[in-house]
Amino acid sequence: MGRCCPPMDLFRSEPMQLVQLIIPIESSHLTVSYLGDLGLLQFKDILQFMAPNISYSIFFQLNAEKSPFQRTYATQIKRCGEWARKLRFFKDQMLKAGFSPKVSKTQVDINLDDLEVKLGELEAELIEMNANGEKLQRSYNELVEYKLVLLKAGDFFHSAQSIALEQQREYGSRRTGEESLDTPLLADQEMSIDPSKQVKLGFLTGLVPREKSMAFERILFRATRGNIFLKQAVVEDPVVDPVSGEKVEKNVFLVFYSGERAKYKILKICEAFGANRYPFTEDLGKQVQAINEVSARLSELKTTIDVGLLHRGNLLQAIAEQFESWNLLVRKEKSTYHTLNMLSLDVTKKCLVAEGWSPVFASKQIQDALQRAAVDSNSQVGAIFQVLDTREPPPTYFRTNKFTSAFQEIVDAYGVAKYQEANPGVYTIVTFPFLFAVMFGDWGHGICLLLATLFYIVREKKLSGQKLGDITEMTFGGRYVILMMSVFSIYTGLIYNEFFSVPFELFGRSAYACRDISCRDATTEGLVKVRHTYPFGLDPKWHGSRSELPFLNSLKMKMSILIGVAQMNLGIILSYFNAVYFGNNINIWFQFLPQLIFLNSLFGYLSVLILVKWCSGSQADLYHVMIYMFLSPTDDLGENQLFAGQKTIQLVLLFLALVAVPWMLLPKPFLLKKQYENLHQGQSYTLIEETEESLQVESNHDSHNHEEFEFSEVFVHQLIHTIEFVLGAVSNTASYLRLWALSLAHSELSSVFYEKVLLLAWGYNNVIILIVGIIVFIFATVGVLLVMETLSAFLHALRLHWVEFQNKFYEGDGYKFHPFSFAITDDDDD
Amino acid sequence: MYGFEALTFNIHGGYLEAIVRGHRAGLLTAADYNNLCQCESLDDIKMHLSATEYGPYLQNEPSPLHATTIVEKCTLKLVDEYKHMLCQATEPLSTFLEYITYGYMIDNVVLIVTGTLHERDVQELLEKCHPLGMFDSIATLAVAQNMRELYRLVLVDTPLAPYFSECITSEDLDDMNIEIMRNTLYKAYLEDFYKFCQKLGGATAEIMSDLLAFEADRRAVNITINSIGTELTRDDRRKLYSSFGLLYPYGHEELAVCEDIDQVRSVMEQYPPYQAIFSKLSYGESQMLDKAFYEEEVKRLCLAFEQQFHFGVFFAYMRLREQEIRNLMWISECVAQNQKSRVHDSVVFIF
Repeated sequence: MGRCCPPMDLFRSEPMQLVQLIIPIESSHLTVSYLGDLGLLQFKDILQFMAPNISYSIFFQLNAEKSPFQRTYATQIKRCGEWARKLRFFKDQMLKAGFSPKVSKTQVDINLDDLEVKLGELEAELIEMNANGEKLQRSYNELVEYKLVLLKAGDFFHSAQSIALEQQREYGSRRTGEESLDTPLLADQEMSIDPSKQVKLGFLTGLVPREKSMAFERILFRATRGNIFLKQAVVEDPVVDPVSGEKVEKNVFLVFYSGERAKYKILKICEAFGANRYPFTEDLGKQVQAINEVSARLSELKTTIDVGLLHRGNLLQAIAEQFESWNLLVRKEKSTYHTLNMLSLDVTKKCLVAEGWSPVFASKQIQDALQRAAVDSNSQVGAIFQVLDTREPPPTYFRTNKFTSAFQEIVDAYGVAKYQEANPGVYTIVTFPFLFAVMFGDWGHGICLLLATLFYIVREKKLSGQKLGDITEMTFGGRYVILMMSVFSIYTGLIYNEFFSVPFELFGRSAYACRDISCRDATTEGLVKVRHTYPFGLDPKWHGSRSELPFLNSLKMKMSILIGVAQMNLGIILSYFNAVYFGNNINIWFQFLPQLIFLNSLFGYLSVLILVKWCSGSQADLYHVMIYMFLSPTDDLGENQLFAGQKTIQLVLLFLALVAVPWMLLPKPFLLKKQYENLHQGQSYTLIEETEESLQVESNHDSHNHEEFEFSEVFVHQLIHTIEFVLGAVSNTASYLRLWALSLAHSELSSVFYEKVLLLAWGYNNVIILIVGIIVFIFATVGVLLVMETLSAFLHALRLHWVEFQNKFYEGDGYKFHPFSFAITDDDDD
Repeated sequence: MYGFEALTFNIHGGYLEAIVRGHRAGLLTAADYNNLCQCESLDDIKMHLSATEYGPYLQNEPSPLHATTIVEKCTLKLVDEYKHMLCQATEPLSTFLEYITYGYMIDNVVLIVTGTLHERDVQELLEKCHPLGMFDSIATLAVAQNMRELYRLVLVDTPLAPYFSECITSEDLDDMNIEIMRNTLYKAYLEDFYKFCQKLGGATAEIMSDLLAFEADRRAVNITINSIGTELTRDDRRKLYSSFGLLYPYGHEELAVCEDIDQVRSVMEQYPPYQAIFSKLSYGESQMLDKAFYEEEVKRLCLAFEQQFHFGVFFAYMRLREQEIRNLMWISECVAQNQKSRVHDSVVFIF
């Protein structure tokens, strides 16, 4: 593997190495936590992938897969889980009490055992306080309910008594007044029943939840066959239920019954409905007394509860101050033990063996960390660091900064680069915003975007610390992408000469003017060129003229093709660099070269024609030229000829394109077959000669070499590849025309909003209509052009990169480097 | 009707079918059970479960765990999922989902009534009830003295009311007739559910009739075995068999006269699907029959997921989850009581 270019961070992923650490057991915890601080080593779970590594398994226990709770540090992890649970409990309590944990930067150095004791104590204290508080609260709520019952039931008895008295009085007065014939004869008897014979009616009072009150009444009625009298009174404010502690709307009920069985049933039913019963006396004096007593106890309880709450608040406050640092510590501890569990224990139980990936540049730092850990833990032996040889594909790691990371994300979203393959992310930094801007060319809109993204960038420090909403977080994450996009769209907007679809004469005066002074409508009458060509971008006079669209269409279409061909060529050239880097000569000669020739003999030639036409001002029909290059290559070009010898060149190019197809298709599979056969043969010879040591190495990597070579499969694969490239050359070029289409749509939409909303409203000469018009214009501009159009242009730019550009060279089947790092564990807070 | 539900099923049922299939993917696998069976303590079980879908439900439990807590939390998860699906469901799926809970309701009614008969505390009984089978006035059941009261007081308001028509008697409740009541109710419930599924038609009817028929047959066998040696007459016994299923009607005639387990066996071996179950058992043995039936049921329930566009998956999922909770309960109990040698006895692997 040769190096073709100096190491640059982003062009290829970092060189990685598989390292083995042998850590003495007494310093293992400290070592892992230092490595976590460093965050440059990705531990491999040795215990899970041990089976294939035959040579190592001699030294280690032969257990291929250990479930999590059988590993060495399972108990410690459980302990951490227990702490985490306690911390969650504290957090829950704090949130309920309205405290937010303070973010304290002061790193408190606590011993873990102390922490465990402290957490346990605090939890016990808090639970006890809660229990006491709950008990008090419960009796308080009960008293509140009791008071309600006393008041409501008292009311009821009082009104019932007065009604009864009134009735009696009325009845009495009627009787004394005149003895009517209607008066039932038995009435007298009825009224004066001997009180001793009267059945004593019992009654129960209490509260029942309002939503259950109907069912309650129904069941009572059914259970006693209607032999009850139930009275309910609505309690206006919701009452806190003593049992559940929730606010419930309740009714006070009063039920009269007769007989013990009925009482028993009613009691059961009350219990079933969660109706709390309270004692009640008929005696008015006792009622008043009871109410007073209850009120007194209520106020007493209230003060007790308040004191309790204050005390609890103080405790929680104290917890809140320490909470974050504890939480951090526990999380670090837990991830450390999880990592330690991935290491395997040596048979002597004296040291742990770790394997992992690290970037080559980090060797020094890792060794430093190991040394520090050994010193700090007073270990007699330092940890051993050694690089292993492996055939496993290493992870892909790019060192990005806050600017490049968003662009790298765009590429990674498609697929993580194969280890050390050419990274399209570098080119994406420029090409992505540029393609976006081609579709979004308006410097007014560009400035709006720029201001929005500058807002994010200026407040970057503040915003990155806090939690943002979904969409805000996304735009914030892509702030530098948006910055680039807006800068580029200001640039293309200047070229298109559009500011909210209005042209400006920024770079001097227009080159065109009226033929004479009399022409009123300069846009419809013919114009003549009076000055030098407009120095930068589009001449403002084109705007609104009849030939504006045909002119712009032709310009943008050709420009799209030029951009597309350039970008696709870049893709093919990158495939060359990949082939050179991985030493794959077959790919250079039988893939890169024919592809380059095919694409350029067709569309490269078209691009050249476009440039020639622009420079020479020829009126040749390029469609015609391209189509008849295939249909009848020998015919005379006639008036479509752009330069001398064009016909010969076309014939040569056509021939090259036709040759390139079988060139791509046929040799590669046959060469691969031959290569495989050679390799196979060679191996059978070397087996005899080589020493045993290398035999072992071979056997380790047997799985890689023994892949069956299926010629038909390879051939079909190559066939598909070729067809895809040949058809793709046409369809991908056509696909780049979306640049033109979206740019057209954007400028048309913005001119519609400008002319049909703003100018129309202006024309009415009415302030209100103008204001409405301006508001509509602003909303349409922001909503449709700045948000929707940005999104759609973004998506199309994304597609052009993922499909048209990256399919030329990018494999994207690598996997990302996930170092064990505390900085990352801190972030996945729930 | 049949074959065309694929056109319209997804309008109302698509979302929930996706949900339920997602839930199914969260069921514990054989690998999980193997790990769980190796656990040394309940904390190990918790730790293992924390990596599964049960994680969030168990993570806040303080450390000395009880087996009941694990089961309770796992049931809570099932209930949450069920409630979510019921909220989202439209007719007729919502009715179908409600039908699934009636079985639990019957069990709860029987539990409370039996409990009060033996003078247990109502609150304690309520805690033991399955949360899916709760209804408003369930605690009032304790008041009732006989079937008629039971019906008039409480059950008339519940969906179980129609099933009661056959067992309203004024006899006082005792263990025997409570058991008869349970089986009568269950029979009526199964028949009603069966009819409902037939009415739905299509793949739902096809799959559900198979599942319900299996359920009915299993109950028939269980009733027969449990009633051997009791004073239940043959006619009474026959009345408790559901009027559908593979055994209906000739198998029922034969089961009704069985006097010992081997006779049951000879009856069942005439039916090919059950032959396999009974061939695993040695003669005179009925202990392992439950497990054998559970295994067969799980197999059939899993098959319900092979076809799309029907409601059977909801039923199957609830049953599978219930089986999983049974497994977890068995494992945790075994671990808690240091009976690790018996841990494999009653665990039915789902996948």
